[in-house]
Amino acid sequence: MKIVLENLTKKFPSRNKKEPKDVTAVDHFSFECPDGQLISLLGPSGCGKSTALNLICGLETPTEGHIYFGDSDVTSLTPELRGVGMVFQNYALYPHLTVKQNILFPLENRKGKDRLTREEMEKRAFQAAELVQIKELMDRKPRELSGGQQQRTAIARALVKTPSVLLLDEPLSNLDARLRLRTREEIKKIQRATGITTIFVTHDQEEAMSISDQILVMRDGRLIQAGKPQEVYDSPNCLFVAKFLGTPPINVFRGRIRDKTLYIGEDAIWKTDLKDQEVFAGIRPEGFLLDSDGPLCCRLNGVEVMGRDVSILSSHPACEAAFVRSIIDSENQMDVSRETVRFSLKPGKVFLFCKDTEERLPFSAERSSL
Amino acid sequence: MKRQWKAFWYLLPALLFLLAFLVYPLVDVFVYSVEEGYNFASQTYFGVGGYNYSYVLHDPYFLQAVKNTCILVVVTVPLSTGLALLISLGLNSIKPLRNLFQTIYFLPYVTNTLAVGLVFMILFQKTEYTDGLINLLIQWFGGSSVDFIDGPYWAKMFVLCFYTVWVVMPFKILILTSALASVNPDYYKAARVDGTSRTRVFFCITLPMISPMVFYLVITGFIGAFKAYSDAVALFGADLNAAGMNTIVGYVYDMLYGDSGGFPSYASAAAVILFAIVLTITCINLLVSKKHIHY
Repeated sequence: MKIVLENLTKKFPSRNKKEPKDVTAVDHFSFECPDGQLISLLGPSGCGKSTALNLICGLETPTEGHIYFGDSDVTSLTPELRGVGMVFQNYALYPHLTVKQNILFPLENRKGKDRLTREEMEKRAFQAAELVQIKELMDRKPRELSGGQQQRTAIARALVKTPSVLLLDEPLSNLDARLRLRTREEIKKIQRATGITTIFVTHDQEEAMSISDQILVMRDGRLIQAGKPQEVYDSPNCLFVAKFLGTPPINVFRGRIRDKTLYIGEDAIWKTDLKDQEVFAGIRPEGFLLDSDGPLCCRLNGVEVMGRDVSILSSHPACEAAFVRSIIDSENQMDVSRETVRFSLKPGKVFLFCKDTEERLPFSAERSSL
Repeated sequence: MKRQWKAFWYLLPALLFLLAFLVYPLVDVFVYSVEEGYNFASQTYFGVGGYNYSYVLHDPYFLQAVKNTCILVVVTVPLSTGLALLISLGLNSIKPLRNLFQTIYFLPYVTNTLAVGLVFMILFQKTEYTDGLINLLIQWFGGSSVDFIDGPYWAKMFVLCFYTVWVVMPFKILILTSALASVNPDYYKAARVDGTSRTRVFFCITLPMISPMVFYLVITGFIGAFKAYSDAVALFGADLNAAGMNTIVGYVYDMLYGDSGGFPSYASAAAVILFAIVLTITCINLLVSKKHIHY
């Protein structure tokens, strides 16, 4: 089902009596989420992504704006009338009920003509359990399950009602690293198999990038950028998004444009078409090329060989961080005894941002003849 | 082996205290209860046997005390726990003035039970000069006045139960409100997403979640009610046998120090019987709770 968010705003009354100003958790959030996609809400903690999810779920009512599922306005509907399934961060499995009873719980709530027969309920519960591969655990209590199994049970409980929308609130954050990798693939698989429009909240950009059809980057309650993961990565529209996406993170330099030339520190990099100003230059770790004639000169601090590629740690006076981390192919032979290292840069991996607004400055670059 | 002995040395001070002030008195009560014709002054007795038990079990005052205690237990434990649960649920669901109400409901716990008993007596008692506040209310609603303190048995029992419930509720409310507050709100959110009705939320989520605390209150409630004594004294004075409102512990006290007292053997026998009753009930409680508490 298509989900449309229109100017969605949620304000909470301030708890601080000295400063009785409302806290805006979600701020004029508009987005159209196509049917059957897996969408990630991505942002640092406290950016309002969970509140946005609760608004879509119906656990919170928006202060302003509308939510549409398909063509119908569901803004004032309660969660059960919206037909949403939700998986909570701590799974919220009822500890005194078995896995089977937990999965049956939503079905047993139904009354009147919606109520299924006992056999039908059991059949549905088994189908849901089969989908997430916990069929053999049906008689266990949640505390007798591993973290991953608990999570699958929670997903089965959300899916058993055949919801039109599946919401996942940080579903992987309680799992260990190895399980997280496997589970996110499984979530993707289940989403593909059922075709349910799924919204997934996470603060982990790698998680979001790896499984989503689209990612929505949020900050301070506002939607900053939306798009396919690779698009957002390749073309961030502000410094925040550029810094937030990517591991290892982007290297940020203080730079300026002078006489149509981009300078990073004192190194003249490129001729550009921008007017003179102070800028931030963000360079992805994979945007560096070893080049003995390269314009960017860094002091070499160390080299980490990681099999497939080599990570070079160096430092540059104009860099915001202590180290510049660059990743190059391991085929390149490095002389580690040298004091300095010179790079040339791949234009597609370098982003310039206005120093004041931190917004992206589009530019065309040609190698400086300097 | 040597290490274990060392550990015993460390435990010795505590063990000595336990032996002297816990184990010895317990054993001694059993010993007294089987010594026939024990004389307190000369510390002598005629023989060993079950006569003390037989006497106590045939004593109409004791049977009355057992009956009173059982009624008190059966009425007040479920009633006070149920009411406390209702009030805690109410307290948990209101936001404004919650702290004020919590304080008000907890006040009885910090007041002196004897003083409150006196107030209850004044409320319920009928004298030559006044019918008391409760009777005024009854008459106002068109009933006829009853003397709750010196009148019929059911009236006195009603006052005793009413008073007991009033006294034990604050503690239960305190425990239950904190138990309710400790239930993770995500369970309720999950239930809301699934459209669970309020009654189902209560019986399928809230109650199982706080069941350990409820059982704790029931068990301690049973024990406390079986040992009731001061409540009855506060309402009906020290001569409980005359009022027909004696409890088992009251009977034990009377056998030791009352006007008809001076019979430590009978008192011990009654105490042992009480101990047996409480032990049985507690075991049953624990067995039942084991079946119903799942985690």
